[in-house]
Amino acid sequence: MVKDLAEKHGRTRESLMPILQDIVKKHNYLTDDAMVAVATELDISAAEVYGTASFYSFLDTEERGKNVIRVCKTITCSMKGKNDIIATLEDILKIRVGETTPDKMFTLLETNCTGWCHKAPAMLINDMPYTDLTQESVIEIIKGYMH
Amino acid sequence: MKRKGLNKVDLIFETIEPKEVLEKAFSMTSEEIIQQVLESGLKGRGGAGFPTGLKWKYTAAEKDPEKYVVCNADEGEPGTFKDREILDRVAYKVYGGMAIAAKAMGAKKGFIYLRGEYRFLLPQLYLQLHKFHKMIADIGYDFSIEYRMGSGAYICGEESALFESIEGFRGEPRNKPPYPTTSGLFSKPTSINNVETLVTAMMIIARGPQEYVKLGTKDSRGSKVFSVSGDTPVPGIFELELGMTVQEFVNEFGDGDTKAVQVGGASGFCVPRKKFADTIIGFEGVPTGGSMKLFNSSRSMYNVLHNYLDFFAEESCGQCTPCRVGCQQLLKGIEQVKKGESKSTYLNELVKLADTMKVASKCGLGQSVGNAFKSIVENFREEIIY
Repeated sequence: MVKDLAEKHGRTRESLMPILQDIVKKHNYLTDDAMVAVATELDISAAEVYGTASFYSFLDTEERGKNVIRVCKTITCSMKGKNDIIATLEDILKIRVGETTPDKMFTLLETNCTGWCHKAPAMLINDMPYTDLTQESVIEIIKGYMH
Repeated sequence: MKRKGLNKVDLIFETIEPKEVLEKAFSMTSEEIIQQVLESGLKGRGGAGFPTGLKWKYTAAEKDPEKYVVCNADEGEPGTFKDREILDRVAYKVYGGMAIAAKAMGAKKGFIYLRGEYRFLLPQLYLQLHKFHKMIADIGYDFSIEYRMGSGAYICGEESALFESIEGFRGEPRNKPPYPTTSGLFSKPTSINNVETLVTAMMIIARGPQEYVKLGTKDSRGSKVFSVSGDTPVPGIFELELGMTVQEFVNEFGDGDTKAVQVGGASGFCVPRKKFADTIIGFEGVPTGGSMKLFNSSRSMYNVLHNYLDFFAEESCGQCTPCRVGCQQLLKGIEQVKKGESKSTYLNELVKLADTMKVASKCGLGQSVGNAFKSIVENFREEIIY
């Protein structure tokens, strides 16, 4: 797959981010093997690939579930009940923030401002934003991702 | 001086015929475009407020045949969400503004760096981009735009960090000078502008600078899109004429119990109630990239400051010591004072640290942590201590 992505985005240094982003989109996170394969394709050291990836919070280098939930923790979301949303998510998923469910379906994380302060609290599931969250709506949203 | 008051404006989201405006722009010389933008007095809408016309002029003056127009859509400042709304509703005006900038400085290629949090917008943005490229080809002008995505790093909104990220590196800011107008993306002359700035520039060309200077004040020309959130009955996006006071803003958007307004996000300034009437929102008072957060008296300003410092400690790129260590120490410091582990006078030491960060940090992130820190500690000292 890494080879295909290198064909698609090119093999120069500026192709690195798009390649890593596509791998994460498909496989949720970057394995060591994937990073080594990217390094080989781009003819740079694996340390360069890891060094770049580890800088960006959305380019995870630790195992992540199929659905990565990122709850905004910045001030407005925090004021408007972020903690209740986290508590509900921890309760239904039976994991803590930072953990992945044993079936690898969900990872629960917190993130910084997602740009939905006027509709706080907000969260992202993969790329999709969900806003004006309530403890009830969060349960419904998660149910939609359970298959 | 006559006060402007609060006036709603509709310039950014107004529907226009892009082809007409672009044909008009392409029939002008580079100098004429730059002159009109200079006359309009437009300053960058991302927060830093550098005169847009000057940025274009400096880039145009560079001899290198390869130049870039970059649109900074890495809107990460807490409390700002206007750029998402602009891209969502009038992306064609962002593309149009980039084409006008390209014509002004002689660039053939543009990049939009969009924050990863807004990736869900991409399908519709590409659809509009496709239409734009077709229109540009119809007019017979050579310019194209590509998207590059961010991956959740606030610091990549800093222009040189953004270039590093597009080039495939860690988003660590570069030393300045050289400035982007001489050596920016791929070390080529680059004009990097905020989403709203580009749309405004297009409207200036469409309507003429004489119309635009009727809005705003001498130091803050025109109107601005504000992102309003926090303790307000009407959170959302509002385009307002510049020159109003915080008091006038609060009269419109407050919930009747507003004790402070954070103007300009986590890196901006906290204005307490007693200063509402004397503080103008704009470059003569408190500048803002659009973030306006209202806090009522039920909120603890300690929690607000703690949240900001936690944000900065996480988002500092870690490259320079004043910012990396400074953010962590400020955070630890207020925790110690709150718990009574340090005396309240320790806050004075922390203020000195914030001042040091302002002069010693490499980029705008570390340099502006002190804005929120000092304005909150000075105005709400008792809330930080007790």
